[in-house]
Amino acid sequence: MATKRLTFNFPPHLIDQPVTYQLITEHNLKVNILRARITPREWGRLVVEISGKKKNLDAGLQFATDLGLDIKPLALDVQWNADKCIECTACSSVCPTGALSVERKEMHVSFDHEKCIACELCIPACPYEAMQIRF
Amino acid sequence: MAKTIQEINEKIKKGKAVVYTAEEIIDVVKSKGTKKAAAEVDVVTTGTFAPMCSSGAYFNVGHSNPRIKLGGGTVTLNDVPVYTGFAAVDILVGATGIPEDDPRNKVYPGKFHYGGAHLIEDLVAGKDVRLEARAYGTDCYPRRKLETWIRLEDMNEAVLFNIRNAYQNYNVAVNLSDRIIHTYMGVLHPKLRNATYCSAGQLSPLLNDPLYHTIGVGTRIFLGGGIGYVVDRGTQHNPDVPRTDQGVPRMGSGTLSVTGDLKQMSSRWLRGASFTGYGVTLAVGLGIPIPVLDEEVLKRTAVTDEDIVAQVVDYSEAYPNCVPGSLGEVSYAQLKSGSITVNGKKVPTAGLSSYVRAREVANILKGWIAEGSFQLSESVAPLPSVDSGVKFKLLQERPILNNARVAVD
Repeated sequence: MATKRLTFNFPPHLIDQPVTYQLITEHNLKVNILRARITPREWGRLVVEISGKKKNLDAGLQFATDLGLDIKPLALDVQWNADKCIECTACSSVCPTGALSVERKEMHVSFDHEKCIACELCIPACPYEAMQIRF
Repeated sequence: MAKTIQEINEKIKKGKAVVYTAEEIIDVVKSKGTKKAAAEVDVVTTGTFAPMCSSGAYFNVGHSNPRIKLGGGTVTLNDVPVYTGFAAVDILVGATGIPEDDPRNKVYPGKFHYGGAHLIEDLVAGKDVRLEARAYGTDCYPRRKLETWIRLEDMNEAVLFNIRNAYQNYNVAVNLSDRIIHTYMGVLHPKLRNATYCSAGQLSPLLNDPLYHTIGVGTRIFLGGGIGYVVDRGTQHNPDVPRTDQGVPRMGSGTLSVTGDLKQMSSRWLRGASFTGYGVTLAVGLGIPIPVLDEEVLKRTAVTDEDIVAQVVDYSEAYPNCVPGSLGEVSYAQLKSGSITVNGKKVPTAGLSSYVRAREVANILKGWIAEGSFQLSESVAPLPSVDSGVKFKLLQERPILNNARVAVD
């Protein structure tokens, strides 16, 4: 089993294509939609956690890319600005996945891209604007 | 064996002072015992880095030609309104001030992206800021309008002056209601989904000298990355609260008013903070050296997070409506573990005060003292302590009817 967190960027002409359905039925993948923004005549955007056998995942993503989707890892859209962070830990209790976590003895804060689901709960919790999500 | 501050300063001058941080001293005392440690150790350094709203700075911006009397006029710096009720070119900036056109909480929750605290941070970082002024004009100060870029180095005096900093202990905030709330204690999720606290605990200055034996008027301190001084007790100083056997307050208690030359401070230690739905505040780095005058002083600096407790307070109903009482008492060791139990429920905790940066402050101050560049000062007057009669009061409102004055009952 392989799991990836990705953003699917849909060009406007693909908005009527049931891409998610095809990934599930034809490629046997589990697709968990974390966020979605679909507006007529504009690029649509889907943040998904997608999992399945490595072979199926590769084939499914190839299918979506061939269709014209622009696929990027979610990690690129979420940024923890370590220069701005004062390591107060305010974000840590609202992060639902533990992506923002505290090493308890020394109290250092760290951010794990792999665990982030871009829920944005950390954004209002950080007084120093250290978390940025580019959507 | 008792020591004097003079004796300690002699050792500092020679580079022979033995200095530990308030975190390190815990293990030193554990291994050596208080008696031996008190004889060997000269200074214990404390530190904190946290939002402190009652912070501000005053400036003398210099006289323009022709002259302008800013006093009684209106002045903004980067659109943040500043107080002008002084002489011609003295102005005062408060950390929480925000531009006139900031939407505040009209679009709830407000973001409060820029305010007085960010302005102070920008100035300390050496950035140019926009000064815009309107004045009424006088015979001796004829000018009515002034618009100019200005930097910290262009000003005559630039002084950080904080009327309440370094709170000795603080509430732990939770939300019992069923809606999200935005407070100065951060974003609190409904039904006890998180708890926030704000103290450096065992590193915090006033928790290491709980009865104000060494910290007093005139104490030289680390402030904002430079050197500052304790002015006096801070506003809302409230020494007479329940305390532990070691004299450590179980809730918010003492406070300090502090000052220092802004020109030698650093934006690493003065950071603007935007509390969603609440407003702007300034995170201040502050550290105080505690001279180990005797065993008693040393014993108090060895306080640990297990020994310091705080009260859990509901910020949806109890706090806004001044309802006294606590949902429970927890230690800083529990708070720093990542969760506490409130009303039988496990609640994740988060700090607003940076323990990592508090440790860094204590270490910087330790370095200054060890290398001989920072001397301790004698306090010239003590802070009001437990038996002083100083108490923190709520406002007793007296309605103003038909412009008449109503006397206190």
